[in-house]
Formats: sequence, C-alpha cells, structure tokens
Amino acid sequence: MLEIIIRLALLICSISMLGLIYRVIKGPSVADRVIALDAIGVNLIAITALTSVVLNSHAFLEIILLIGILAFIGTVAFAKYLEKGVIIERERNH
Amino acid sequence: MRNTNNIILETAVKVLLFFIALYSVYIFTAGHYYPGGGFIGGLMTAGAIVLLLITYDIKTVVGILPVNFRILTAIGLLFAIGTSAGSLIFDAPFLTHAFGDVHLPILGDLSLHTATLFDLGVYFVVVGVTMTIIQTIGEDE
Repeated sequence: MLEIIIRLALLICSISMLGLIYRVIKGPSVADRVIALDAIGVNLIAITALTSVVLNSHAFLEIILLIGILAFIGTVAFAKYLEKGVIIERERNH
Repeated sequence: MRNTNNIILETAVKVLLFFIALYSVYIFTAGHYYPGGGFIGGLMTAGAIVLLLITYDIKTVVGILPVNFRILTAIGLLFAIGTSAGSLIFDAPFLTHAFGDVHLPILGDLSLHTATLFDLGVYFVVVGVTMTIIQTIGEDE
C-alpha cells in the first residue's frame, strides 16, 4: 500500500514539475518565472526524498539539504535582481 | 534605483552563513565513504561567499575575506599535484594513496588517508576558480 502511494506521489510531483516548466517558458512576467523556478527546486527536493524512500537508502539525504541551499541562493539572487537591477554591488549606497 | 533596506536578508544571512559553511566542511570530510568530497564541498563554500556577496557588496566582502582567490587556486593545484606525485618517492605509481589506522586520544580509532589531502587541493581549486569567475563577472558593469 505504501509502495503504491509513494509511486503515485512521484508521478504527481513529476506532472506538477511539467506544469511548472510550462510556466517558466511561457510566464508573462519575470516574477512568474522566478516563482516557478523556486517551486521546481521544492519539487526536486520532494522527488529526491521519495526516491530515497523507494530505494530504501539514506545516501540521498545530504543531497536534499544541498538542493535546498542552492535553490535558496538562486531565489535570493533573482529577487535582488528584480528589486535592484544588479546582483553584486560594488559599494552599497546607504 | 530605489534605495531599499534589506534588513531581513542581512539578519538571516548572518546566521545562515555559518550553517552553510559548517555543512560544506561536513560534506567535505564525509566524502570518502558517502556522497560528497572536495568538489561539492568547495562549491558549497563558494555558495556561502556568493550569498555574502549578494547580501552585502564587493568592498565589504573583500574586507571580511582578504583572500586572493587566484593564489588560492595555485595553492590548491600545488596540494593536488604534490600529494599525487609524492607516491613517486616511494616507487609507487602516480596518484597511489596510502592509508593507516591511527589511534588518537580523544577521537578514538581513525582511518587516515592521504587522499584527503588531494581532496583538500581539489577543494581549494574549486573555491578559487568559482570565486574568480563570479568576482570577474560581478566587477564589470
């Protein structure tokens, strides 16, 4: 029973990632694309966790934290680009 | 551009930075038997410094970390080549690594490998190259 539910959850996560990829390509504004990319990162974490349950191994658990940190840094960089127009400033002006 | 005040990011990064740096050290040392190693550890350290660069600016980060990343790359290459060429002294093929079980007072029984030193070289090279690329891109406007 658990096996079937986990495989169903993997399928649903994959389908939702396809929808998010459609939003990244089509998205009317840049903010839509950024949020879709962040959600793809979250879905990637879910798929990695479900895969590690299916394969019954704890080798992927560090990768989950890694994807989380990298997705966070990417989202922060995009947010700063949208807010200030520059990612790495030479000198702050305040 | 508007003069925005990103106090939430600055406060959060002051805590998060140490967790990311600690995690990179963990994943570097775990790399012998589990997923991880010098390459991904170096990428995590570079990610922590990039987060610092995004939150603050180049001038502040150079003040915090007065490291020339090109020299760090050279030191890393020296480590990697030196530890792999060291096996030639003992009449063994290039890149042969040695290991031994050592008993230390507090840490207990440890299996120490010279491959860790090679991995440390890889770590320095990855941090140096990544930060050189990002600083070069960030500096021209």
